[in-house]
Amino acid sequence: MNLALLKKIRVAVSLLFFILTVSLFLDYRNILPAWIYAKITFLQFIPSLVKFITLVSLGALGFVFVLALTVFSGRIYCSTICPLGTLQDVVSFIAKKFKSKKKRAFKYNKETRWWRYFFLLLFIISFLAGTTFFINLLDPYSVFGKIAANLFRPAVVSANNLLAFLFEKMRLYLVFPFVFNGAPWITILTTSLLFLLVVTASALKGRWYCNTICPVGTFLGLLSKTALFKITIDEKSCKSCGVCEKVCKGLCISNKEQNVDFDRCVACYNCFDVCPTDGMAFEFNKNLFSRKKSSGSNEESPTFHSKRKFFFNSLVYVVGLSGLTLGQIKIKPKKQSKVLIVRKNPVTPPGSQNRDSFAANCTSCHLCVSACPTQVLQPAYLEYGLSGMFQPRMDYITGFCNFECTLCSDVCPTGAINPIPLQKKKLTQLGKAKFVKDNCVVATENTDCGACSEHCPTKAVNMVPYKDKLVIPEVKDEFCIGCGACEFACPTKPYKAIYVEGNPIHFTAKKNEQKKIEQKVDYKEEFPF
Amino acid sequence: MDRRKFIKAGIVSSSAVMMGNYTHAFNSLVSTTAPYDLVAIKGGEPEEMFDKAIASLGGMKHFVKKNQTVVVKPNIGWDVKPELAANTNPKLVARIIKHCFDAGAKDVYVFDHTCDYWTRCYSNSGIEKAVKDAGGKIVSGDSEGYYHKVDVPKGKRLNESKVHELILESDVFINVPILKHHSSGRLTIGMKNLMGVVWDRRYWHQNDLHQCIADFATFKKPDLNIIDAYWVMKKNGPRGVSADDVITLKSQVISTDIVAADTAAAKMFGMSGDDVPYINYADEMKVGKKDLSKLNINRIIL
Repeated sequence: MNLALLKKIRVAVSLLFFILTVSLFLDYRNILPAWIYAKITFLQFIPSLVKFITLVSLGALGFVFVLALTVFSGRIYCSTICPLGTLQDVVSFIAKKFKSKKKRAFKYNKETRWWRYFFLLLFIISFLAGTTFFINLLDPYSVFGKIAANLFRPAVVSANNLLAFLFEKMRLYLVFPFVFNGAPWITILTTSLLFLLVVTASALKGRWYCNTICPVGTFLGLLSKTALFKITIDEKSCKSCGVCEKVCKGLCISNKEQNVDFDRCVACYNCFDVCPTDGMAFEFNKNLFSRKKSSGSNEESPTFHSKRKFFFNSLVYVVGLSGLTLGQIKIKPKKQSKVLIVRKNPVTPPGSQNRDSFAANCTSCHLCVSACPTQVLQPAYLEYGLSGMFQPRMDYITGFCNFECTLCSDVCPTGAINPIPLQKKKLTQLGKAKFVKDNCVVATENTDCGACSEHCPTKAVNMVPYKDKLVIPEVKDEFCIGCGACEFACPTKPYKAIYVEGNPIHFTAKKNEQKKIEQKVDYKEEFPF
Repeated sequence: MDRRKFIKAGIVSSSAVMMGNYTHAFNSLVSTTAPYDLVAIKGGEPEEMFDKAIASLGGMKHFVKKNQTVVVKPNIGWDVKPELAANTNPKLVARIIKHCFDAGAKDVYVFDHTCDYWTRCYSNSGIEKAVKDAGGKIVSGDSEGYYHKVDVPKGKRLNESKVHELILESDVFINVPILKHHSSGRLTIGMKNLMGVVWDRRYWHQNDLHQCIADFATFKKPDLNIIDAYWVMKKNGPRGVSADDVITLKSQVISTDIVAADTAAAKMFGMSGDDVPYINYADEMKVGKKDLSKLNINRIIL
């Protein structure tokens, strides 16, 4: 096989993965079918691992494939499947166009080992502590997700809206605006900073980010030390021309020392592409087998083993950093106020089952936030406490949960939101509606309103007789599913007269069984007027 | 300013349209000398009933002239299937569009400012497909940009509102509500259906819902009201909980008088006009006539 071809294959595969992944986040009209999400995100390492631990399902074995790939020939994940990796390659590619020939060349970088292990450790401790805060900020897929959802998506939506505006001027109703409810400023800010970091690093130093910060890169790097096939320099064929070092994005080829630090190699295969001789080669790792026989003398293998075990056995919902949770969040008054509403518990999406497992399994990739048609799913600020920042919550000011929809549970790559059948979802109680009579229009204005009851899909909120022939809402807890339609529709400001108090553990609501209307219709009967 | 200029130039040459005030521009572009004030029909399928009823009013050509643009406003408020009777029957909508084109309409637009998420309402109600198949154009009512401020000079509680441009700009406005129970409106019929052409419904809810409904009817009377009462939701409205809420009434009411149409439909439902506050208010404000005994009604039983 012509090894130079490897680069072309790598580029094609990475672009395919990248386009597929990014299109999931940009599909603001929900054109893509729900089943395709799981297929595309199947191989994302951390989401798949988390999903496996959560659900113990065969459908979540994507990470095993990644592990196998790595054991086979190093960090292939980093240059094909990882969307953040490909994003950096795209940035590097563009940046190159603006650089002089001399500046285009990469230069071997010494390993910043302490930083790499620091971030990996932070990641693992975070995982163990039952909080995903650092995972949210460090998992490359989730970082990419946040960038795509909070930066790329608004850009595409803006373009759509501009187009819709221009068409509308011509009275052509071909493209419709998408009313975008932006994420909290902290999400935008954090995402922008991450994006800036990634862009700057990749524009200047190739895959510096992947070999300094990314814990998945470090972890797979450790694993790739045991790879069956490693890239090395064939000293017999190598003429020490150094072109390989100049194109090495991982900054891991040293021409001077005739060495490839395979731990940091992101398997981009640029070196094969440029090598004028057969200087770059794959070397079969013979040690791998000899090691097994004499495991006592091996230094790396046991650590490795324990590390993996660490990962697998470690999902425990112990209180660690989650102790930082702030608890009660008040909705701050904007204008005049009557009865202040204090929501004790935020509402988690249907399928998340309970708040603790949701907090422990959600890596904040914001795929559900992107897919949610009503935009009721919004990244949290402090509603879950500091440790749950950026994790999605049900925000009933921006929207309400569509009764006929299970999209968030269909798309979640980590199992934080479990797949939930529609019929079950329709009876899953995320929280309970609380009626605040002193804020209600019917009580304060003595006029009919009923916006809450109108929107209620289960009629848990029903209008009952009040004085002067008026009707006023009444909530029957057992039928309420906490979808937030009542809260969203309630017109009172600044505090709603009805709001949903979250259930930390989701319950099953009672089905609102209805008696069949028994009315015989005589189609021949005269009209009543 | 461009939009206003466009509207000014494009729709009415009357000086009534000034500074975004469209108030007087649309009162009766269509003559109302139909043979009957109201047609009530029952016992058939939606299409068949509409064919017969509109024929008795002189056909759609009486309302839609050649090359006119038409806006049809059904109720598409909810993400539910047609047989649950929360949305207007798609078969009826399709038939109305066909009649419009047969009468020579240039374009027929359909939209609603939905309650559930709009794309899902449009598709699950079957109306999007029905409209497209019939050659009509389905338009979003989902963004504020489509809505323009108008004055409601005769309104008691509602003095201004933001109204969808298709309502303001189309030559003919056909209102196609479905008759159903409504938790706070008592019933939703023709006038209540107009809440789907404005942007800020919350204001109505906050400021005497029934009065606002009647107030808005003083601003904009549809050129034709076609009330779908084929499937009728008798309780748990306006969204409904299950098919057990629905009866098959196989009826339809057509009138240019929105108050008369609502009163007749209320009686079909088993209530009287007096039971619905906004019908009383609208009658008092002379939007139309609640007293059906004074009207020339064509009653058809198939």
